[in-house]
Amino acid sequence: MNVWVLIAACVAATVTIKAAGPVLLGGRELPAVMLRVIAYLAPALLSALVVTAAFADGRELHVGAETVGMIAGGFLLWRGRPLVLAVLVAMVVTAGLRAIL
Amino acid sequence: MRESFVRGVRLGIPYAVVGFVLSLSFGVVARQAGFSPGQAIAASAFVFAGSAQFAALAVFAAGGTLIAAVAAAAMMNGRFLAMGVALAPSLPGGPLKRGLQGQTVVDASWALANNGDGTFDRWLLFGTTAPQYVTWVLGTVVGVYGGDLLGDPDRIGLDAVFPTFFLALVLAEIRDPTSRRVALLGALIALALVPFAPPGVPVLAAAAAALLGVPRRREAG
Repeated sequence: MNVWVLIAACVAATVTIKAAGPVLLGGRELPAVMLRVIAYLAPALLSALVVTAAFADGRELHVGAETVGMIAGGFLLWRGRPLVLAVLVAMVVTAGLRAIL
Repeated sequence: MRESFVRGVRLGIPYAVVGFVLSLSFGVVARQAGFSPGQAIAASAFVFAGSAQFAALAVFAAGGTLIAAVAAAAMMNGRFLAMGVALAPSLPGGPLKRGLQGQTVVDASWALANNGDGTFDRWLLFGTTAPQYVTWVLGTVVGVYGGDLLGDPDRIGLDAVFPTFFLALVLAEIRDPTSRRVALLGALIALALVPFAPPGVPVLAAAAAALLGVPRRREAG
């Protein structure tokens, strides 16, 4: 596969997807019920990204060192610690577990 | 407008720092998969969508077809379709201008610019994206040219960065009981679909969890 063709196609797909909503739906008022649904898209999509990144490997569910690392980082975030620190701890825990196991 | 942009830049910096690490690992993995330095950097500069880049790269590295690689990227980006629909009414100007403004959507910016009432602060969105774009490209450059010093990205736990990054965004979003239920349902939908749907689709399908927002204040509507 030609890498440049792959990159160009990924750019075209991403630009089209990001433009679709604003081009087709912009500049008009949406019904109140739609605005309420829209307000809740963020927790729905983002939590789905978290669990698929942490518990899915392709089409298989799994728990790995990175899952434990994320939980350690998540604990710090929940305690109000900064994101950069939480990510660092997640990396250290993950790398540490891999070194031991 | 200017205050919103500056506030966005400030809010975006922690995400930009983490994005740097993420795109660094993209640079390393892309080189290992056979991308030239220019190709890896171009991918980050012009695709500018982490999960899509990693998804396409995974298919490429596994020897998949071009169509499969692009489809994986497109499905990962499926959530941006929902985010763009949500953002659309908050963008002024003609279709071209709105479409261009829509390109600035990345997960953290979109979530932070969300006013919580269905509207978005677009200058905050632009401001939050700006530092993330800069470090996204820079991280890839460093990964491409410095990756040999690093070795296997998984060995130093770089694969824990992505889920932790998104966990931070979720925790910032779940401030009321309904949003907590929405987040839980979205997670369950996605996990339930993982064994049956191609990567990316479970995340897009999880958007349905936002329908829990419908009954609220139904008597008023």
